[in-house]
Amino acid sequence: MAERVGVYICHCGSNIAGKVDVEDVSQWAGEELDNVVISRDYEFMCSSLGQELIEDDIKNEGLTRVVVGACSPHLHERTFRKACSNAGLNPYLCQMASLREQVSWVTEDEALATAKSKAMISGAVERVQLHEELEPTEVPVNPHSLVVGGGIAGIQTALELANSGNPVILVEREPSIGGHMAQFDKTFPTLDCSACILTPNMSDVSSHPNITLLSYSEVEEVTGFVGNFHVRIRKKARYVIEEDCTGCGICIEKCPKSVIDEVFEAGIGYRKSIYRPFPQAVPKYPVLDAETCIYFEKGTCKACEKFCPTNAIDFEQKDTFIDIDVGNIILATGYDTFDSRKIPQYGYGRLANVFTSLEFERLCNAAGPTNGHIVLRDGVTTPKSVAIIHCVGSRDTRFNAHCSAVCCMSALKFGHLVIEKTGAEVHSFYTDMRPSFKDYEEFYNRLLEEGMHFTRGRVAEVTEAALQPGEEGKLIIQVEDTLIGRQRRIPVDMVILMTALEPKPDAREVGLKFGISCSMAGWFTERHPKLDPVATMTDGIFIAGACQGPKDIPASVSQGAAAAARVLGMIMKGAVEIEPIVATIHEERCSGCRICNTLCPFNAIDYLEDKMVSVINQALCKGCGTCVAACPAQAITGAHYSNEQIFAEIEGLLFDVVQGNGAKPVVEEPEAVPA
Amino acid sequence: MSEKGVLALYWAASCGGCEIAVLGINEKILDVAAAFDIVFWPCVLDGKVRDIEKMDDKSIDLCFFNGAIRTSEQEYMARLMRQKSKVLVAFGSCAQEGCIPGLANATTKEAIFQTAYHDTPSTVNPDGIRPQTETEVAEGTLYLPFFYETVKTLGQTVDVDYYLPGCPPEPERIWDAIVAILENKLPAPGSVIGAETTVCDDCPRTRDEKKIKEFKRTWEIVPDPDICLLEQGLVCCGIATRAGCGALCPTVGSPCIGCYGPNEGVEDFGARMMTALASVIDSDDPEEIDRIIHEGIPDPIGTFYRFSLAHSELRRIALPANGGSDAKLETAESA
Repeated sequence: MAERVGVYICHCGSNIAGKVDVEDVSQWAGEELDNVVISRDYEFMCSSLGQELIEDDIKNEGLTRVVVGACSPHLHERTFRKACSNAGLNPYLCQMASLREQVSWVTEDEALATAKSKAMISGAVERVQLHEELEPTEVPVNPHSLVVGGGIAGIQTALELANSGNPVILVEREPSIGGHMAQFDKTFPTLDCSACILTPNMSDVSSHPNITLLSYSEVEEVTGFVGNFHVRIRKKARYVIEEDCTGCGICIEKCPKSVIDEVFEAGIGYRKSIYRPFPQAVPKYPVLDAETCIYFEKGTCKACEKFCPTNAIDFEQKDTFIDIDVGNIILATGYDTFDSRKIPQYGYGRLANVFTSLEFERLCNAAGPTNGHIVLRDGVTTPKSVAIIHCVGSRDTRFNAHCSAVCCMSALKFGHLVIEKTGAEVHSFYTDMRPSFKDYEEFYNRLLEEGMHFTRGRVAEVTEAALQPGEEGKLIIQVEDTLIGRQRRIPVDMVILMTALEPKPDAREVGLKFGISCSMAGWFTERHPKLDPVATMTDGIFIAGACQGPKDIPASVSQGAAAAARVLGMIMKGAVEIEPIVATIHEERCSGCRICNTLCPFNAIDYLEDKMVSVINQALCKGCGTCVAACPAQAITGAHYSNEQIFAEIEGLLFDVVQGNGAKPVVEEPEAVPA
Repeated sequence: MSEKGVLALYWAASCGGCEIAVLGINEKILDVAAAFDIVFWPCVLDGKVRDIEKMDDKSIDLCFFNGAIRTSEQEYMARLMRQKSKVLVAFGSCAQEGCIPGLANATTKEAIFQTAYHDTPSTVNPDGIRPQTETEVAEGTLYLPFFYETVKTLGQTVDVDYYLPGCPPEPERIWDAIVAILENKLPAPGSVIGAETTVCDDCPRTRDEKKIKEFKRTWEIVPDPDICLLEQGLVCCGIATRAGCGALCPTVGSPCIGCYGPNEGVEDFGARMMTALASVIDSDDPEEIDRIIHEGIPDPIGTFYRFSLAHSELRRIALPANGGSDAKLETAESA
């Protein structure tokens, strides 16, 4: 039986009608296209009146297919599908033609735009007649959640979820949660003590009945799909039996081996081989670093074991694996800082008194290696002048095109701390001053009043080579002051490099593990940059904090809370609908060649060794079509994108070239001559 | 008409391998002879076209037609056999998808004539004579078939009831088809009589996830006897080729060249091979990808469309009359 197709052409105000003769297109479709029984044009199809037009026609005229020529399906496909299902028509029997984004907005000539619209409508009409009814499936959501990363964003997410009464597993790679915020001295612009506002939340995490904290652990493998993930976690050997350890710290005190702490102290302080990164670490259990431990190196020592009052040291401990099931996963894996050695002219690593911003955080932190005294690398001399260089590795296309968002404010904070603690002269060398959020501009004004000097210009070089009197023994900043248009040389005692925030070096690997993608730079990609910033293209996987892009503490906390709210929404609903536009492998045609196995961006394809065929987990499949295109045996079909549907659309688009279904002969041959 | 069925076999643009393959069923040919009167088989029996012309329409029960359609005579015979046969089977790769004769669609009639009648080192043709479709001689007019610009498949020329793939079809598959026809257990008209899966299904080699850093020519490596040839960098078309041969070539270490044609439902064999291989090239660097492809696959048409160019979505290179340029022809010829 022939389908009864309704065609609706939207004016979109003047967006479409200003360029396309919509009345002509609508009339033409009604008269010329086979099986079109109704064709209308309307001012705003997406309005409730426009939708009612479709609903009434389905009911009164018995439409079996609907074509809407309007905007991009990204915007209103859901609207028109819903209108169809309101009238009892399967929503997947509706097709949109993008007459706005693909025609009126991008075509100069009105006649051409009208002709192109006809082709688009013809393609949609041909295609929609081959559409099949599809039904979404529902799967239950496991109320347990996994949070990966125990920085401030991950802590916030875990607490929000746990406080709402839902169980959370928090996995942290380092020995303690706290992240970068635990390293900072003060926070801008309020100058709160960073540790003082963070540690209460850290201890809440450790004592919360709904939170299982797995520190010094990493996610090994993720399988399953939204609502039903299976996660394998590697708990790295601490060599400390957590059940027996009281956290008294005697082992740390007695350990004879000191090593440079490259992580928490940013390389300017020491820790023992058995250590807690900082006194308020959560959990309290220390970690024994086997790579530097004397016992692991030489076979003797065991001082920690001898002095441990509860026999909690276990040199034989091995990595263990924990398998958990969760419904949703939030990645809050944070950022890394730029390696300043990549800009040799700034002298980091070569000139002693050039510091990175993270080193300086530890330097002025009261709990840091100098007890908060701002001193030069010699450990005693207080600087009389300090230069702060902005945008080191940021806004620099050689390294990172992006602005790291937090450095301007950190630099102002550093300026304030230097002035307050040492009275030194402070010079800031900035590209643009960007104190963008609440109370930030006020903080900038405060530093102007406190006498911090600001020079707009990108520093060319930091050098020891004195050229002028007064430069001897100093670090000289060579810079063009772009506001006065002159080269300047400014001698200082100390230089702080405001290093860029960069994605974690293994971000791509981690993304692949969880089935989400990264931007070119390596930040995790959100589902929508404006309207869905904490969801990802993989259902059930959310992102929060700086793993999505550089951001400061309040923004990270907001994202952590937002991600928790999204997850709570899923938990409250109890079930998720799975889109039926998915790919299927037809077992009888699959020879198990395994071409498709590594291609799926959502890890939806498994290979069954026993049957020697590949299968698609339809709950994970997003219907992207990658495997459908790649399958050499055409054993994979994509629902809603079958060959027949696509070829029909192409033939419809070429309605003025191709007659019927027969292909034109490539070249006319003369009549056959009898033999 | 006798109790026996009536069978005809004909060849058009083909190499003769299909005829030999029919005899590859060995003594079972006697069973065929017992079941059918063989009325026409130019390769094996004497027979005249005029005798076929005189037969009633649909008086041949079964016709195995091998070979592509390249000349007007072949087209005439295709139409004649269609007219006289109840069941017309496109037998073998040439009739099904154009096969090696179809590779002529990568060039032009003019270029072929230039090579065949003028340029080959063994040609002595000082007067530059070319065959003509009509020649006047003392006895009257002599006719030669017209040589087409484009090679067609049998299915592009007349309606075909069944397709039997292979270059040539394996004797066992030929026998299976004959049995199916005798027992009237045929699939729906228009379909291929054969498997619905690919050569990999019959291949004994172990296979893993595919990541290809480099394509190798067969002379460059001695392949490991147990591992998938494609994983070793050889362009093995077994992934896209219909099963039926028993994976003869990959079993003995030679990559599949695709002679059994595309799998069930595939429109374009070469496109499937190319998207599959493009998907598993292990690099994100466009320059490296170009290098991997250009060094490893110097002849993409010969590699991916060796058997199927005439049947593919491409069908042939563009002719100047259809928007192709002479420059394109030259590139195609020199490639």
